[in-house]
Amino acid sequence: MKRTGAQILWEALIREGVSTVFGYPGGAILPAYDAMLEFPIQHVLVRHEQGATHMADGYARAGGGVGVAVATSGPGATNMVTGIATAMLDSSPMVCITGQVGGKLIGSDAFQETDITGVTLPITKHNYLVSRPQDVARTVKEAFYVAKSGRPGPVLLDITKDAQQSSCEVEWDDSEVTLPGYRPDLRATQEVYQRAIDMINEAKRPIIFAGHGIMLSGAMDVVRAIAERANIPVAMTLLGIGGFPARHPLNLGMMGMHGEAWVNSAIQEADLLLAFGMRFDDRVTGNLATYAQNAKKIHIDIDPAEFNKNVKVDVPLTGDLRTVLEEILPHVAEGDRSSWRAAIEEMKGDCAVRDIQNLPDSGHLYAAHVINDLWRVTDGDAIVVTDVGQHQMWEAQYYHHDHPRSLITSGGLGTMGFALPAAIGAKFACPDKEVWAVVGDGGFQMTQAELATIAQEQIKVNVAIINNGYLGMVRQWQEFFYDRRYAATPLLNPDFVKLAEAYGLSGMAVTKRAGVVPGVEAAREHAGAVILEFKVEQEDSVFPMVPAGAALDKMIRRPNPIVETAAD
Amino acid sequence: MRHTFAVHVEDTPGVLNRVASLFRRRAFNIESLTVGHTETAGVSRMTIVADTDDHGALRLEANLYKLVNVLRVDDITVRPSVQRDLAMIKVAATPETRTHVMQLVDVFRARVIDVAPDSVIIEATGPEDKIDGLVEVLRQYGVIEMVRTGCVAMARGPKIGGLGDGVERGTQVADDAPADDSNVSYSV
Ligand SMILES: Cc1cc2nc3c(=O)[nH]c(=O)nc-3n(C[C@H](O)[C@H](O)[C@H](O)COP(=O)(O)OP(=O)(O)OC[C@H]3O[C@@H](n4cnc5c(N)ncnc54)[C@H](O)[C@@H]3O)c2cc1C
Ligand SMILES: Cc1ncc(C[n+]2csc(CCOP(=O)(O)OP(=O)(O)O)c2C)c(N)n1
Ligand SMILES: [Mg+2]
Repeated sequence: MKRTGAQILWEALIREGVSTVFGYPGGAILPAYDAMLEFPIQHVLVRHEQGATHMADGYARAGGGVGVAVATSGPGATNMVTGIATAMLDSSPMVCITGQVGGKLIGSDAFQETDITGVTLPITKHNYLVSRPQDVARTVKEAFYVAKSGRPGPVLLDITKDAQQSSCEVEWDDSEVTLPGYRPDLRATQEVYQRAIDMINEAKRPIIFAGHGIMLSGAMDVVRAIAERANIPVAMTLLGIGGFPARHPLNLGMMGMHGEAWVNSAIQEADLLLAFGMRFDDRVTGNLATYAQNAKKIHIDIDPAEFNKNVKVDVPLTGDLRTVLEEILPHVAEGDRSSWRAAIEEMKGDCAVRDIQNLPDSGHLYAAHVINDLWRVTDGDAIVVTDVGQHQMWEAQYYHHDHPRSLITSGGLGTMGFALPAAIGAKFACPDKEVWAVVGDGGFQMTQAELATIAQEQIKVNVAIINNGYLGMVRQWQEFFYDRRYAATPLLNPDFVKLAEAYGLSGMAVTKRAGVVPGVEAAREHAGAVILEFKVEQEDSVFPMVPAGAALDKMIRRPNPIVETAAD
Repeated sequence: MRHTFAVHVEDTPGVLNRVASLFRRRAFNIESLTVGHTETAGVSRMTIVADTDDHGALRLEANLYKLVNVLRVDDITVRPSVQRDLAMIKVAATPETRTHVMQLVDVFRARVIDVAPDSVIIEATGPEDKIDGLVEVLRQYGVIEMVRTGCVAMARGPKIGGLGDGVERGTQVADDAPADDSNVSYSV
């Protein structure tokens, strides 16, 4: 039987297991939208195509599948660019489908024509221009295969309007995709394995670096088994959070620019770094010339282009993390390493005293309090999706994630506006989970229109707006490095409670520390989505902080406690 | 340092753009790039000369492999190879100077492929420095126009391997010797 390209598209998507897509219609994608009504597809109508891409991304990160976003040609497609770049830098599997003007019009500057495969070439893992209905099925299959295999990433499919409209015979081919040049299954040689094993067993002061690759390869159990057997402490990257349980005694916390002081100090002292699916981002290393000089480095990554990119490694091991570690595990010797662990414990020094959590209530509301209380009330079981800025770092420090895929955040691109739509996507992937968006007053306003999506889809996503009246992270840099000249960082904000109500959602404002727990509890109990606005200290800063270009252990520490009184 | 890569790619629309874009995105400078068909239908071969150190060359190779349409990358700088550039040079040649020009053409084992009243077109092939030398000596007569293909290169001896079979590739550390891939099959 003959089918139109549009019909083939949906059937091919369903064959890939797709049930939910996030999108926004328009002329060039109209034939696909029309055909969609015949298929069991849940379409989530977004308010901006950037929202659709972040939703697809959040859907993928929370659920472990591939997220799908749909848009029309021209402005619809270009609105996706930020979301595609976000997914690319964080290796998130996503398929974006855009309509394109008719094949005969390509190149003529036709209405709403944009060369979106050209535009997205450097920010997609791969992309396709499809101009014949007979290519639709194979291309969809390839797109999903490329998006999720190897190092995952976004793939864009640009389908001309006539390819959607015209018909052809389809034969469904269930065979494996073969792409002659694409080898996601590279593996290291035995000899390299042996070098890695010897190094691990000989190390006196090793640290495991838990990266995003743990989640992407599902290596949580084997990482834990290796850490426990050899008693190796574990430090996490921002995107590695959740890959190793926060409450595990071997967990040190986050490394890097806003990592805990003892974690960075321990890295500088270590004699072996075991990088598990992480890419030594500059936020992680600080100044490369002084980085972990005493340590040998074993780097396990599925993408060989990451080896020796930033940090010279002694043993690069190519392959899927879980597969590689399962091969290594039986050869890892049991180890005690209690003196190394004691030394790290020693490095904690007065950190606990400096921690804001241990200060008496001064009547002021700090973002750290909000996050920590949110963690306690939800018992660390929620999926928390953050935006970008100070609140993001406080989330990483004070919400203790024990489960993989429970922190969703834009790490590599640092995309403001990510949280709200990505949280919506996460909720669709995990409808039974409690989902919170933790978002700054600045970033919230970048994609706040998606509150309408929450209302229309009637989903329960709670939103905690950390309102400090500033583009806080930028303000912090201005405070530290630009002589407190607050150029363009103070914000005049709308009344967020009223805004929530305007969308038919519930809003609540919290101004005192004592109001945090009741506020969070009320939000959890409420049937619909709740927007909780926390009016926090305006000029609070994130500590510790490694200033740009400084050595990793030369941090600006948390200030020594000045015990505040309610009158301050 | 100059590195010469032989890059086999699928002959699909946009592939040249993808490769060139990669060099730009990763901030590598292309000195020359040529592309043409190979002995295998559907497979094109590029010769790319880039100015980078050994570390950069390894990164380039690994990044080229990330392009879905790239089948095989060989940095043939590290192998014995032959490299050729083809040039057509239009030189002013009056009845008085023509014999001199012809003599130079002979010395460089080049050929005259067109003669006009006031000029000749010379065809020369050879390593780039030989052609540079020819151009240099022709300048005094007046080089009117020149076109060069850029370098094409081929490793000597038996054909270098084919597609990987899943064994590590593009993963060497800068001071390692080039990988021995004699045990992989050629399947493009
Ligand atoms: C304001 C701000 C502040 C930040 N501060 C910090 C900070 O203090 N500390 C910090 O750590 N980060 C920080 N970041 C985040 C930082 O920019 C990076 O995004 C983060 O460090 C990347 O973590 P990653 O390398 O684990 O993950 P990714 O960047 O996602 O890299 C994952 C790696 O795993 C590999 N991989 C994928 N799949 C597999 C597999 N199956 N098997 C093996 N390997 C695989 C990939 O090839 C890649 O190399 C900050 C970001 C922002 C916006
Ligand atoms: C789209 C985008 N534009 C600009 C930036 C630069 N930037 C990083 S953090 C930040 C401030 C964020 O302010 P807010 O959302 O209020 O969060 P806060 O830091 O106050 O918690 C800015 C402007 C960015 N990361 N993303
Ligand atoms: Mg703010």
